[in-house]
Amino acid sequence: MRKLLRTIFLIDLIEGLLVTFHYQRPKYMCTDQYPTERPKVAERYRGAPRLNNNPDNGETLCIACNLCALACPEKLIVVGSERNEKTRRKELTTFTYDLSRCMFCGLCEDACPVDALELTQDFELAGYTREGMIWDRQMLEEGPKPTKYEF
Amino acid sequence: MPDTFLDSTELVINMGPQHPSTHGVLRVILKLDGEKVTGTECVIGYLHRGVEKIGENRTYQQFAPYVDRLDYCAAVSNGLGYCLAVEKLLNVEAPPRAQVVRVILTELNRIASHLIWLGTHCLDIGAITPLFYVMREREEILNIYEKYCGARLTTHAFRIGGLEYELYDGFEAEVKAACDFIAPKIEEYERLLTGNRIWIGRLKGIGVLNAEDCKQYGVTGPMLRAAGVKWDLRKAQPYSGYEKYEFDIPTGENGDTYDRYLVRMEEMRQAIRIVRQAVETIPDGPIMGKVPKVMKPPVGEAYVSIEAPKGELGYFVVSDGSVMPYRVRVRPPSFVNLQSLDKMARGSLVADVVAIIGTIDIVLGEVDR
Repeated sequence: MRKLLRTIFLIDLIEGLLVTFHYQRPKYMCTDQYPTERPKVAERYRGAPRLNNNPDNGETLCIACNLCALACPEKLIVVGSERNEKTRRKELTTFTYDLSRCMFCGLCEDACPVDALELTQDFELAGYTREGMIWDRQMLEEGPKPTKYEF
Repeated sequence: MPDTFLDSTELVINMGPQHPSTHGVLRVILKLDGEKVTGTECVIGYLHRGVEKIGENRTYQQFAPYVDRLDYCAAVSNGLGYCLAVEKLLNVEAPPRAQVVRVILTELNRIASHLIWLGTHCLDIGAITPLFYVMREREEILNIYEKYCGARLTTHAFRIGGLEYELYDGFEAEVKAACDFIAPKIEEYERLLTGNRIWIGRLKGIGVLNAEDCKQYGVTGPMLRAAGVKWDLRKAQPYSGYEKYEFDIPTGENGDTYDRYLVRMEEMRQAIRIVRQAVETIPDGPIMGKVPKVMKPPVGEAYVSIEAPKGELGYFVVSDGSVMPYRVRVRPPSFVNLQSLDKMARGSLVADVVAIIGTIDIVLGEVDR
C-alpha cells in the first residue's frame, strides 16, 4: 500500500527535485565569472615560465649551467652561452623555451640551482601562431603581456 | 507463428569515436537485431601516444610526468604506482611522512575520480543535475592539489623516493574541511539517485557480470567488488602504509550496474574515512628518501600494482643499469575492464550499452596509452 502511494505521488522523484530546488538560492552559486573576475591561482602554480633578473642590478640570475635543459623531458629548452675571457665565467647569451611543447611538470624549475628559471602564476598562454609560442630570452624576462578584455 | 517471422536483417552501426557517451574516443561497432545488441567490437587506439615507448627514451625522473597523462582523472594514483615501482627497483623506501601524505593525496584522488565517474555516468543515463554538483565538490579537491603541487589535473605531485614539495600551511585544516564538505554531499547524491525510479529502472539487472566472469576477464576494482569478491589491493598487498588505516571493502551481490554504483558510492565514504585517519597522523621528518641525483637502478625488473580508483594499476619497469628504463609496461585497469563490454552488452538494448560503458568507468587515455 505504502509502495503504491509512493508510486502514485512520485515521492522518489520529488525527493530528488527538492535537492535541486534547494540549490536555486543565489547564495549557493559557485560559478567563476572568468574573464571579468580572474581567479587567484595558488602560489605554487606552474604557469608561464620566467627568467628572473637580479632586482639590484638588473642582470640575469642565470648562470648558463644547462641543468634545466638536461632535466626537461621534452628537451624544449636551449641555453646558449659564451665564455667571458675576463672573468673566466660562462655568460648567458640566448635562452629559448618552446612553450608549445611544455607540459608544466616543473622539473626545470626544480633543477635550477640559482632560482633563475621559474614557472609563474600566469595561465593565459594562448597564442595565434606556433612560432609565437617559442619564447626567446627577452620574452621570458619580460613575461607575457596581460590580456585585457573590454565589455 | 514461428519466431523468425519478425526477425530483421543484421544492422551494423558505429558508436563513436565522436559519441558523447563513449567517454572520449572509443569506437564500438554494434551488431544489432532490431534494437537488440547481438555483438560488439571495440576499436581503440584513437588516443594512442606511445607512452610506454616514450618511457624508453626518458630518464626515470623525466618519465614521471607522462604517467599522469594515462588516467588523467586519477593522475596522482598513476604517479604513485610508477614511483613505487622505481623505488622497488632502487631498493629505497619513501620516508614515513611522505607515505602518509601520499595516502592522503591518492585517496582524495579516488574521491575526485569517482565523482567524475558519477557525473558522467548520470549524464549518460539522462540525469544531468548531479554532473554540476560533482564538479563543485571536485573543485575542493583540485584546489588542495593546486596549492600543494601547483597543478590541478596532471599534478606530478610525487617524485621517486618521496615528495618534492613540503606541505603548505593549513594543509591539514583544508583537507579536513574538504572531507566535511564532501561527506554530506554524497548523501545528497544518494537522495537524488538511489531511490529514483528512472535510475533504478535503467541500472538494475543491466550488464550483469558475475564473479566467475570477472576472474576470467581479469576485471578488477569496483566491478569485481560489485560481483561480491572482497578483493582490494590496499588490504591484500598493502603498500605505502595502507595497513595502518581502518577501512571496509564494500561489496555488492548481483554484479549489475546498480551494484557498481552503490559500491563506488561506498568507496567514496571509505576514502574519506582513510583521509580523516591519515591527516591526524602525519609524522614529522624528511619528505625525500636517500635517492641519487642520477638514478641508475641495478639490472633487474620490478612489478608494483596499486589499487587505483578504476582497479588494479600495475607498473612493470625493467632496468638495464643505465639512466633510462629498458622497458616500462603499464597494466591499466580500464583497458582490461573494457574487455568485459562484449559479455555484458550482448543481448541488451542499445540504450543499455551506454549505461554499461559508463559503469566500466573507462578513461581513454589509459586504454590507448
